[in-house]
Amino acid sequence: MNKNILEVKNLNIAFNSNKVIDNLSFNLEEKENLVILGPNGAGKTILLKALLGVIPFEGEIKWKSGVKIGYVPQKFLPDKGIPLSVEEFFKFKKTGYEEMREALRAVGIKDLSILKNKIGVISSGQLQRVLIAWGLLGNPQVLLFDEPTAGIDIEGEETIYNLLAKIEKERDLAIILVTHDLSVVYKFADSVLCLNKKAVCYGAPQEVLGGDSLNRLYGGEIKLYKHNHGH
Amino acid sequence: MAIDYLYSLITAIFVGGAAGYLGSLMITKRMALVGDALGHVALPGIGLALLWGFNVSYGAFIFLLLGILLIWLLEGRTDLPTESLVGVIFVLSLAIGFLVTPEHELLHALVGDISSVSLLDTIISAVLSIGVVAIIYSIYPKLIISSISEDLAVSNNIKIKKYNLIYLLAIAVIVALGIKVAGSLLIGALVITPAAASKKLSRNLFQYSWGALALGILSCVLGVALSAITGFAAGPLIIFASVIFFAISLFF
Repeated sequence: MNKNILEVKNLNIAFNSNKVIDNLSFNLEEKENLVILGPNGAGKTILLKALLGVIPFEGEIKWKSGVKIGYVPQKFLPDKGIPLSVEEFFKFKKTGYEEMREALRAVGIKDLSILKNKIGVISSGQLQRVLIAWGLLGNPQVLLFDEPTAGIDIEGEETIYNLLAKIEKERDLAIILVTHDLSVVYKFADSVLCLNKKAVCYGAPQEVLGGDSLNRLYGGEIKLYKHNHGH
Repeated sequence: MAIDYLYSLITAIFVGGAAGYLGSLMITKRMALVGDALGHVALPGIGLALLWGFNVSYGAFIFLLLGILLIWLLEGRTDLPTESLVGVIFVLSLAIGFLVTPEHELLHALVGDISSVSLLDTIISAVLSIGVVAIIYSIYPKLIISSISEDLAVSNNIKIKKYNLIYLLAIAVIVALGIKVAGSLLIGALVITPAAASKKLSRNLFQYSWGALALGILSCVLGVALSAITGFAAGPLIIFASVIFFAISLFF
């Protein structure tokens, strides 16, 4: 029990009497990979924001005391023209050059000339890597990851998950990854939480992802979706 | 006469530099019109100061504080975007300002009157400008993170509301000081234009923020020099100079 790094109990989130998260409970252990799976509009990003303490909620969200959380956001940089170099972005976290290089190496960037580039002009794949590297600075024990597929082509997506698996092994991190992409679960998850306002299923992927829970999560779409990805 | 110009020049250099520096944040925060609006919010204060014969900057500052406080309070109570709130308060202030400002002083209130700067004003302007730049410099990274991603900021324990308030107060100080340089109508331009030019020319934040400060200073030097030569009011000439820099930046 005390291996838990996060305990969520009876979490409720509502906006103007519109319930977005309904009585949700789950745990995250050290070094665990939890995938939060659900269709668009299921409340996944809202849940992450609640975990980060950005929005108000009812119920209990208990992080292990002193835990360091790295966060990789989905939406970033409203203004592409901002004159902010990658190096300056890293230095916001008061990091030294060595740590910066180490974090970039961990996400597969060896060419350090990227540090001098404007952050608004690097490719979306590179930006995703830079954001993960930023999340790794300061050696967090947990990484929260919002929908890494957004804005990235399939090839890039593939490497991002391999990358996460690699980082997870190297650094013994717990990771919470939010996605609507079912294939990610099989590649990556120790446990999966299917979310559609409430927990539709929760547990190890093989045990809980029976046809019925997926049907309840996605409705009829899921068969087609699964067929396309294959095994 | 010469010494008056010297005071004007020194005041304009410090206030213009600080305005440019703060402006670099305003553009990245997508608040480009807030400086403009706050200039107008100051107008009733300027009017009362002229009416009762005390320093216009003090009058402006009191009304700026009231305006910021009002926006601050209303923000939490309605779903309206801040811009709409700023808009409403801004026209209300203009209306009050026009009613209380003595008619023959109205032009100075609107476009500034830098020739009225005393030695004490100059010293106060310089000290406050340096102080404001130093404070904002120390929280610059936090303000930038807040503006590029609120979630990122909050997850790093940055108190966004607190830093935004500090920033708005800093803007209030610079707008109050800048009222004498560029007047209530034009002070917004002194905040935005050098930063906009610098943004176009910069590859990183260091160049951008200090470039905005440098262009703010250059605009003021050029404007005050032109004013000395031509006899026209310095305020509009300073803004004119800053727009020239902006126009040049568009070619890079």
